Amino acid sequence: MSKVRVLVGTHKGAFILTSDGKRQQWDVQGPLFAGWELYHLKGSPADPDRLYASQTSGWFGQVIQRSDDGGKTWETPGGGLEKTPDGMPRGESNKFVYEGEVGTHQWYDGTQHPWEFKRVWYLEPSLTDPDIVYAGVEDAALFRSTDGGVTWQEFPSLRSAKGNLWQPGAGGMCLHTVLQDPDDSNRLFVAISAAGAFRTDDSGATWKPVNRGLKTEYELPDPNTEVGHCVHNIAMHPSRPDVLFMQKHWDVMRSDDAGESWHEISGDLPSDFGFPIAVHAHEPDTIYVVPIKSDSEHYPPDGKLRVYRSRTGGNEWQALTKGLPQKDCYVNVLRSAMAIDSLEPCGVYFGTTGGQVYASADSGDSWTPIVRDLPAVFSVEVQTIP
Amino acid sequence: MIRVVLPTPLRRLADVGREIEIQVEGQLTVSTVLDALEARYPMLRGTIRDHVTKQRRPFIRFFACGEDLSHDPPDTPLPDPVVRGAEPLLIVGAIAGG
Repeated sequence: MSKVRVLVGTHKGAFILTSDGKRQQWDVQGPLFAGWELYHLKGSPADPDRLYASQTSGWFGQVIQRSDDGGKTWETPGGGLEKTPDGMPRGESNKFVYEGEVGTHQWYDGTQHPWEFKRVWYLEPSLTDPDIVYAGVEDAALFRSTDGGVTWQEFPSLRSAKGNLWQPGAGGMCLHTVLQDPDDSNRLFVAISAAGAFRTDDSGATWKPVNRGLKTEYELPDPNTEVGHCVHNIAMHPSRPDVLFMQKHWDVMRSDDAGESWHEISGDLPSDFGFPIAVHAHEPDTIYVVPIKSDSEHYPPDGKLRVYRSRTGGNEWQALTKGLPQKDCYVNVLRSAMAIDSLEPCGVYFGTTGGQVYASADSGDSWTPIVRDLPAVFSVEVQTIP
Repeated sequence: MIRVVLPTPLRRLADVGREIEIQVEGQLTVSTVLDALEARYPMLRGTIRDHVTKQRRPFIRFFACGEDLSHDPPDTPLPDPVVRGAEPLLIVGAIAGG
């Protein structure tokens, strides 16, 4: 029987939640890396026992962790006493160094500010090779490891895509989303706050902004600018990689041409501000968002925690409330804190800043909390294991 | 042998106890002790000082013999009791937690 493994990153450690395919009874493992911020954990699609985790701290910086047994044991890749031929330690797993001229980006006040590495926000293991993994970092850049996280190399040309105009959002200037095109291994999409979405069609050698149709009124001098938009999250269905869905700072957007142009699909949502967006495992036009009241009031409208589902690819939305608190709820759901499993019917999971992780085993029709009292949840990923 | 005390999160990361002993070649300074520490425990690279610039991370301090060595040049010779192994070099996370 299939099982699911939910990987939860929190403000004070990581947790692994496992269940069989019914998704009713859960085993909770953790905290792992107790006391550290776990921005993201994700499993390799090519080897579900290979997991990567971003462990970070304001005191001690960035640590990359890797598991080869589904999270039972972890190591810092290259962190042992393995030596290079010249006798130096190999361990560079935590070393993220920008390539070439570091350059500057826009600061909050509009002045230029040098790029400074702070942490890894997002880890995206390759669809086909467990040793290849991408890392989206703050200050925004994309790195890749081809040796299981032992060493990391930047794609510097991404920062050439008008990087001097990028600026930090409230959470910092982070590259927080990486999408791989399953039909074209040369194509990647990334999203950056506050810069926008970018695409490469040549395995990262060159990048272009793909933000036409995004509009940011009041916060940017030119609301239709090519870069500078605060994109919170993007998602695709693997069967239709040219169709992208986006939760922007404000506005839910859709592209049908791999990001070349976007149009708004916020429709009848109670608020089009939010962070995560996700696509149903088996229905490419069914999407999920969690509306948040505003950019200053990071909680659900009216104190009601509601996931909204559209079965029409946007514009018409249905509130999913069964099992979710419908009064006095003032938590947030962060951009990487929603995930979908691939069982039938598909499961939907999300975590809150109040420490709850909710699961739906029926595509969102009803919800139950797996755990209620974790530290603030930063990220939720799920693996469906045969 | 030089005695070094790590902050708790780094002890867990390196899987060591409160105090460790490090063999250091040549002159004994904060810089050479960290070189030896990172060679013995590569997972600590980047957690105490920057990978490239070797600058101390802002929330890390170095204490020994009741003195704050954090702002001394990193190639300053360590106090004699540390060199003799009578006193440890303390690597400390700043009090900024609550």
